[in-house]
Parts: sequence; structure tokens; C-alpha cells
Amino acid sequence: MATEFAFPDSAAKAAGAPPEFQTEKMSLSMGPSHPSTHGVLRLQMELDGEILTKCDPVVGYLHRGDEKIAENMTYNQFVPYTDRLDYLAPLANNMAYAIAVERLAKLEVPARCQAIRVITAELARVSSHLMGLGAFGIDTGAWTVFMYCFTEREKLYKLFEELTGARFTTSYARIGGLQRDVPEGWTNNVNAFCDQFLPILDEILGLLTRNKIFMDRSVDIGVISKADAIAYGLTGPNLRGSGVGLDLRKDKPYSGYEQYEFDVPVGTKGDCYDRYLVRGEEMKQSVRIIKQAVAKFPGGDWYAKDARKIFAPPKDKILTSMEELIQNFMIVTEGPQMPAGEVYFEAENPKGALGFYVVSKGGGVPWRLKIRSPSFCNLSILPKVCVGALISDVVSILGSFDFVMGECDR
Amino acid sequence: MFATADVTTALKGKFPQVSDRPSSDLPAFNVPVGEVLAVLGYLRDEGGFDMLVDLTAIDWAEGASPRFTVVYHLLATTRGAYVRIATNCPSDAEPAVPSAVGLWPGANWHERECFDMFGITFAGHPDLRRILMWDGYPYHPLRKEFPLAGIETVLPDVEVAAETKAKVIAAPMAGGPFVASVGEMNLTDAEPRAKDESWNERKEKPE
Repeated sequence: MATEFAFPDSAAKAAGAPPEFQTEKMSLSMGPSHPSTHGVLRLQMELDGEILTKCDPVVGYLHRGDEKIAENMTYNQFVPYTDRLDYLAPLANNMAYAIAVERLAKLEVPARCQAIRVITAELARVSSHLMGLGAFGIDTGAWTVFMYCFTEREKLYKLFEELTGARFTTSYARIGGLQRDVPEGWTNNVNAFCDQFLPILDEILGLLTRNKIFMDRSVDIGVISKADAIAYGLTGPNLRGSGVGLDLRKDKPYSGYEQYEFDVPVGTKGDCYDRYLVRGEEMKQSVRIIKQAVAKFPGGDWYAKDARKIFAPPKDKILTSMEELIQNFMIVTEGPQMPAGEVYFEAENPKGALGFYVVSKGGGVPWRLKIRSPSFCNLSILPKVCVGALISDVVSILGSFDFVMGECDR
Repeated sequence: MFATADVTTALKGKFPQVSDRPSSDLPAFNVPVGEVLAVLGYLRDEGGFDMLVDLTAIDWAEGASPRFTVVYHLLATTRGAYVRIATNCPSDAEPAVPSAVGLWPGANWHERECFDMFGITFAGHPDLRRILMWDGYPYHPLRKEFPLAGIETVLPDVEVAAETKAKVIAAPMAGGPFVASVGEMNLTDAEPRAKDESWNERKEKPE
């Protein structure tokens, strides 16, 4: 399984050889529109035969200046922009942003709101991992997996649509609450999805886990040591694949994650195969969390009632009461009023820790909003991990990293 | 290794110049620029803050002094504790801080982004190039004086620019997004409007 030929530095060895054996290095640009780069990532590579001697990722093709835009609009107006970060898990992004701003406002949301957010974030995790798994399958030549994953993902999107009205860009969380309460019977649909999903997930994973071709292309490929993973700031499944059991849902619980029982899977070697295994197991744990959250789904309010000047009052109140009308007008025009200060919050998103660093001078517009995107940090290890790999391994490595350029480039 | 609770005492005992930074969520400290690497190294080696999760800068706008603050967020992966370290760039015109790449290789891209967006130089950085904008781009977009609308720029590839006559055109957003100006003014002025009014439908685009 392991590649027996390991000569990453063959060029250096050849330097001592007679001139007729001297090889020439080739530079090759992979991307930005290459199917296996999952978006617009470009790798500027230097090759010695089939082996990489240098790899320089070029990012920024999808840079939209989200941080600049955030400085020019109110906190509420920025929620839809967070959909476009990791666009495979917008529900989780919305939640991370909302919690960051709520921490700034020192706002507590009620238990029902927290539970809904947990359910949506975990559904988003399943949906994102399914996409990652399917794409990794395609990268390594397993088309079937992709089809299975997309069938399941479609069911999830149907649930998202029922909940938020949108399939892809959900913009569901609000600062101090949610866009709306869950529709009637929605939690039953979630439960039904979970019940039918687990056997199918086993089937999907069964297509890959002991698959000879898949293992040949992932075991011992792209190994990241524990120390490297931490030093490069890797987070999420990529970090846990390297054997570091850091999961912010466990280590720094938010939104009531401490009430749920779940395990944090970790890898042993840190190769592409481990990262795949971690993602597979994480989906099962997500389902476990969702089922617990649905089972003890709390009643009560789904938005912070005391969040005057931040969370818009209910529509019927706006239309009938002067007080609420003015309140709504102020929130829309001036934005939710935040105290001065700064706050940093990271949420355990499907791709890793998505952080928001909000600096406020007071008022409705952030002075500075930094988005710490997990894909950006995860990709920064590529120059190290790709050197010495075969060019076909790079495809495996990229697939196993499961990154999203929308988030990397912001 | 010291425990989370006494980050403050441990740090201040070792570095008397470190001062508290107002913060409601994490332990936060202001560090003079000369000591920042020593403090970060101390926190990494002795404090167990082994991961640099984020490195960024704040521009306090033209005229403010110090104008640029570089902010580090560290995480102790074994116990899930954060700490925030901030340092002010001594020069407002040519901001510079020492590079943390020697401590964390992961700082490489963060510092490149900071350089790209704010024009802050990181002394000792092995490869300080732009990362999100292209090489040769003349501005630093996250500086406060850079307009949201953007500035018209030539394309990076000279040949393509000559052949197509295409440019990077400013303001596809046509003056948006819209926010109300905060402050003391009458209601008409406080109506939501484009925050960046360097040009709009009524005012010509500056050359």
C-alpha cells in the first residue's frame, strides 16, 4: 500500500551523477480551473519527473473583500454574506457569526433557539461532509460515492428549504435569534431523515473504507504529523485526522453543545485515509447530536425577547404598535446597537474553526470584522505536505483536505 | 507550564511592560512591539498556547496614532483556552512588526494577508508577497482611506491589458450597501444611504 519508491530529493541526488543522467525540473500550473482543485485554487508546482519538489498555492481568485464590505454595513446586513463563506454549510456560518456578535452584545439566546441552531449546524455538517466525501471519491476514481452522497444531500436541502425557504444560501440565524421558528412537523422530518440516513451512510462508507483502489490512493499519502498540524493552525477534521482531539464543541462549548453526548473521532497517522475516516465518523456523531436535540427539543421563545434595539420585533407587533414600529425602524436604519469592545469567537464548522473577530466602536456598524477561515489556514500547509508527493497524490491530498475557496479567499 | 487562571500574573511577572487590554471575552494584553516575539514565544513554550489561530490587524484610520494594531489570537489545544495579544505598530507611515513565522509556520499566510490588506511589513518574513490581491496591485484595500467602491486599476497582465483594453473597474455595487449615518444630524440626512459617497449616480467618478 505504501509507495515503496520514496525519493523526494532525487534532483539533489542526480546532481552528483554524470551529465547524461541530469534531469530538468518542470514547472506546472494546476488550476485555477482544474476539476480536482475544488474551486479556484491554483497550484504552481515544480516537478522532478512525477515528484513534486515545490508547491506554491496561489489563492485569491475568489476574493470579494467581505471584510471591507462588513465595515460598511450594519451587523444584520452582513448575515447573508456569511452564507458565501463556506457555501457548503451556510447554516453553520450564520450561526457562528450570530454568536460572535451576540457575545459582543452580551446577549443570551433562549434554549429553543440554541437547539435549533445546533440541529441546523449539524445538518450542515452532514451536508458538507457528504459533499467532501463525494468529491474525494471522484478525485480517487469512485464515481458511485458521489451519486450516493448527492442523493442524501438533496434530502437535506429539502429540509433546509422547508426551514428557511432557501436551499443553498439560507441566511437563517439572526443576531439574537433566528429568521423564524421551525415549521410544524419539521423536527419529525429531521428525525425521519436521520433514521434512513444511517444505513445509507454505512453503505456509502462501505464503498470506500476497504476499497483497494481508494486505499492505495489515500493510505500513507499526505501525512501530516501532530506537531505540524498544530504549528500550521489546522482545524477541524484535518487536525483531528492527525490525532489531535481538539473539537471546540467539546473543549469550548457554545450554543448548548455541552448537553449532548457525542464522541470526537481522531486519526492515528494523519494521512488522507485518516481524514476520510474522521469525516465518516463525524457524520454519525452529528446524527447522534441531532437525534438528542430533537428528542429534548425545548419549547418557549426562539429569539431573545430582551434584545431590544438588536432583534427586530415580531411582524404583527410592528404593524399594530407604535413602539415596535419605531424599534424596527431604528434597527433597520441604524443597525443593531452594539457596545464598544472587541470579541473573538470560533465555532467548530464542518471545515474547521470559523472565527470572527469583531472590533466595535459602538453603533450599528463594525469597525473591523476579521474572518478567520479554516480553509485558508488548512491550505497553508500545502507547500509542506505536497513536497515529495507524486502528482497524482496531490489530487488525493486536495480531496482529503475538503476546502472551500469561497471561505479561503473571502 | 502555568495554568489559564494566572496567565496575567505569569506574563506580567516575566514582562513588566505588558499591560492589560480592555476585553470582555478573553485574557488580552498590550505588548510593546519590541517584546512581542518574546511574549508569544513564552506563551507558546511555557503557557501551552501552542496554536496561533488568528493574526490580523486593525486600522484606526488616518490621523490616529498609533494607527495600526496587530492582533494575535492564541489557543491552548490541550485545554481550550484563548489569549489575545495586541501590539501597536510604532510607525504610522511605514508600519512594521517582527514576523512570527519562526514561532509558527502557520503565521506565514496570515502575515502575507496582513501585508496585502494593510501594508504592514513583517520583518524577517521569508516570503512577504501579496496573497489575495495580485502581485503588483498598488493599494492596500482594508486601509480605511481605500474607498469601498474600489479604485480603477490596470490588469496585472500587460499583454492582456494591451490586447483587450480591459481594466479593473471600480464599484460594481454602484454606491451600495446602504446604512444610516450615525451621529447628530436631522432625519433627512440620517436616511439610509451609501456609506461610501466618493462617487454615486449624482457625483462623477473621480479620475
